Amino acid sequence: MTAEPAISLHGVVKRFGPLTAVDHLDLEVPAGVCFGLLGPNGAGKSTTMRLLTAQALADEGHIRVLGHDVPYDSKAARLRMGVCPQQDNLDVEMSVRQTLAVFSRLYRVPRHERSAAIDRALQIARLTDRADAKVTELSGGMRRRLLIGRALVHTPDLVLLDEPTVGLDPQVRQELWSLIDGLRAEGVTVLMSTHYIEEAERLADVVGVMAAGQIVALGTPDDLVLEHAGREVIEVYGPPARLAEVDADATARGWQTRRSGPAVAILRAETLDGDAPDGERRAATLEDAFVMLTGAEVD
Amino acid sequence: MRRLEPAAVLGVMSRDVTIFRKFWKATTFSSVVEPTIYLIAFGFGFGALVTEVGGVDYIEYVGTGIVASAALFASVFAGMFNTFVRREFQRTYDAILAAPVNTEELVTAEILWIACRAGVYCMAPLLVATLFGLTPEWTTIFVPFVGFLTGFGFASFGVLISALAKSIDNFNYVTSAVVTPLFLISGTFFPISGLPDGIQVIAQINPLYHCVQLVRALVLGGLELADAWHVVALLIFAVGMWLLAIWRQRIRLID
Ligand SMILES: Nc1ncnc2c1ncn2[C@@H]1O[C@H](COP(=O)(O)OP(=O)(O)OP(=O)(O)O)[C@@H](O)[C@H]1O
Ligand SMILES: [Mg+2]
Repeated sequence: MTAEPAISLHGVVKRFGPLTAVDHLDLEVPAGVCFGLLGPNGAGKSTTMRLLTAQALADEGHIRVLGHDVPYDSKAARLRMGVCPQQDNLDVEMSVRQTLAVFSRLYRVPRHERSAAIDRALQIARLTDRADAKVTELSGGMRRRLLIGRALVHTPDLVLLDEPTVGLDPQVRQELWSLIDGLRAEGVTVLMSTHYIEEAERLADVVGVMAAGQIVALGTPDDLVLEHAGREVIEVYGPPARLAEVDADATARGWQTRRSGPAVAILRAETLDGDAPDGERRAATLEDAFVMLTGAEVD
Repeated sequence: MRRLEPAAVLGVMSRDVTIFRKFWKATTFSSVVEPTIYLIAFGFGFGALVTEVGGVDYIEYVGTGIVASAALFASVFAGMFNTFVRREFQRTYDAILAAPVNTEELVTAEILWIACRAGVYCMAPLLVATLFGLTPEWTTIFVPFVGFLTGFGFASFGVLISALAKSIDNFNYVTSAVVTPLFLISGTFFPISGLPDGIQVIAQINPLYHCVQLVRALVLGGLELADAWHVVALLIFAVGMWLLAIWRQRIRLID
């Protein structure tokens, strides 16, 4: 028996006037998986997440979340879903604890379990000793952590994390990574968008690369790298004129290249044998695959 | 029509209650001081010229009239400004709608909460007027319900306006062109019978006028079956505005 995916979108289209933000998107996220959504700015990642909470309504297609039709039965899905939005929308009129208390009610945590749920969320956000601080008194990173604690106050089965680690210092980012690992270990399904390739590489079981409202590649990080960038990359450094020359030459020979900062990177270096120009050889990364797929440089 | 779940509505209201704990002193202060000022200014200022209106002591006339103004001011501005700020600047509503709460539940909760406040604070003018010699009839106990109903309608109106407004400055138009005229042409400070016919018609469709009439009948005595019409008028206004507010806010909140 195959269990129903936690999320499935079929032929989903979302337009904003003349702009098509999500363009016949097909996507399935199996239960218990950490799915990383990668894509350049404006690819439609946040719009896809808003479609899943019925905060945006699709023009075409079918969406199911946790076994419920969306938007028709979206409230039942949202009951078991936690959302950490890209844009901070913490309630600046409340304290940390009040925020969690209100959301524990909104998420229907039974009365007698609420205070334990709030304490747990405080621990997740590592804000136990700032519980009575006003939201406006928190640092940027603390706000981000509270946003995540708020999304987890009701121990959801599915969490949507829209660029959860933006603005976090490396240490807190590491902590968040272990938190996400922990969620997956508990069988929670995670859909996470990110601009940090390393993050997707580290955390995601499956990565979907999104561009112009569609999934253009799907697979485990290793498979994606192998398929779209090969095993090895040669990076040739030099002055701009030399780089242009290398680039033109490589293109003429049908090799795949990408600009990466002050270098030209030639992909699939393992297939070039002796022909390859001199340069630094390194293993291909998800970043190489991402750039090949979307044409965009990562920021 | 999707169901309004009490758990969702109460959840959203719990947020309002949480925040109100910080603001109640300021709110209470202004809702007591304002009617006092009106009573003193009009009661004594006009009272020196007019002692009686329609067989009622002028202080009693104004004291009962400004119950409606209190309900109006406690609701229409909260409906406009609070919902606009929470939607556009704080994005609070975005966070709430990601939880199992629908637009109609969110909007209803916000309006209900404002209406409850209006129901309580509309009593402030009566308390003040009592100090100036008003003796209320027992039917005064129904005044909070009238204030609630009026507040519900005007809160919904405010929420509707906040959904239509492009920027917060747009509220100035509504305040000058709608709120102030309704406030003045309501029979609060002077009877509408002295106004030109055209304006009297406006008064008849002014919900505030119906609120004023009901409150006077309840506080000063002389309630008749015909006054049921005022309740019906307020109900139509409240339900109509509520539905419009939900409809327009959904357009603003859901992409
Ligand atoms: N409410 C809206 N009205 C109009 N256009 C919108 C709206 N929301 C998103 N868009 C447009 O839809 C497209 C996809 O936006 P979306 O926010 O989903 O991208 P994203 O992949 O999340 O990008 P980023 O990485 O920058 O967060 C963009 O072109 C954006 O301008
Ligand atoms: Mg985004």
